[in-house]
Amino acid sequence: MNGPHDMGGMQGMGPIPIEENEPVFHSEWEAKVFAMSFATFINYFPVDETRHASERMPPGEYWSSSYYERWLYALELLITEHNLVTPAEIEARVIELAQSET
Amino acid sequence: MASHHHHPESEIALRVKAIESLLVEKGIVDPATLDTIIETYEHKVGPHIGAQIVAKAWVDPDFKARLLDDGTGAIAELGLTGFSSEHMVVVENTPEVHNLIVCTLCSCYPWAILGLPPTWYKSFAYRSRVVIEPRKVLQEFGLEIPEHVEVRVWDSNADLRYLVLPERPAETAGMSEADLASLITRNAMIGTAKVPAPTSLNPPVAQEISP
Repeated sequence: MNGPHDMGGMQGMGPIPIEENEPVFHSEWEAKVFAMSFATFINYFPVDETRHASERMPPGEYWSSSYYERWLYALELLITEHNLVTPAEIEARVIELAQSET
Repeated sequence: MASHHHHPESEIALRVKAIESLLVEKGIVDPATLDTIIETYEHKVGPHIGAQIVAKAWVDPDFKARLLDDGTGAIAELGLTGFSSEHMVVVENTPEVHNLIVCTLCSCYPWAILGLPPTWYKSFAYRSRVVIEPRKVLQEFGLEIPEHVEVRVWDSNADLRYLVLPERPAETAGMSEADLASLITRNAMIGTAKVPAPTSLNPPVAQEISP
């Protein structure tokens, strides 16, 4: 399927963003998204399904998201599609955590 | 790619925390397992593993022949096969050919051998441009490939991952396998750099024999 991920030969993407001595993860949330994805794609759905999930991201969103934002999108899509967690539970927990942090 | 974020970092971090707390609460993921995964990819796997493979190929011609003929099998001989590196093809740089690896579709990369890919490898710019203007992309890495050298670009996929066997610098004759491995960089094994000569990294021999 042609999708936003099929980028070979696309033009206008600018210079290569080279970062010297870059860390493996740039923030704790990136590390957590990676680890949760890894843990679930070993036990709950195959890695290919995770990859496909990120390719299902709407093109505008895909091209304006960072790498681990796309992983987060895939993780959230799959855990809800497989009924491990409901979208409502996620929204409720976000609000709850936001309130407890303020 | 921070400039691409359209959600503030704090909002994303909160969302990730919410998802984590739900998955942990439901017993779907174990916090200790998450820590182990992060620890593994931050500190245990990385380019030093690929460097061992390359250094061995440089000193052992039979191993090198097997590595180029059947990358998967030769890497398994060393016990270095791992997740996301199950099927490997190793391509050799020579004075006539320079190889370069990409994953145009996303970020396929031999995790068990090189660790997780750097941001530039996953960037839209690298993925889109390297298949149409590889020499220009290499210039951005400070690598000028002469016109008479053929550039081959290998597009990785979900099932098949590549590793570049870089050229051994001429100045390394007589060096041990371990010392050779210490010269070999991640970018040299992707094809966006050459292996630097040892003089720039190691102290001169004369210093070692001074009293």
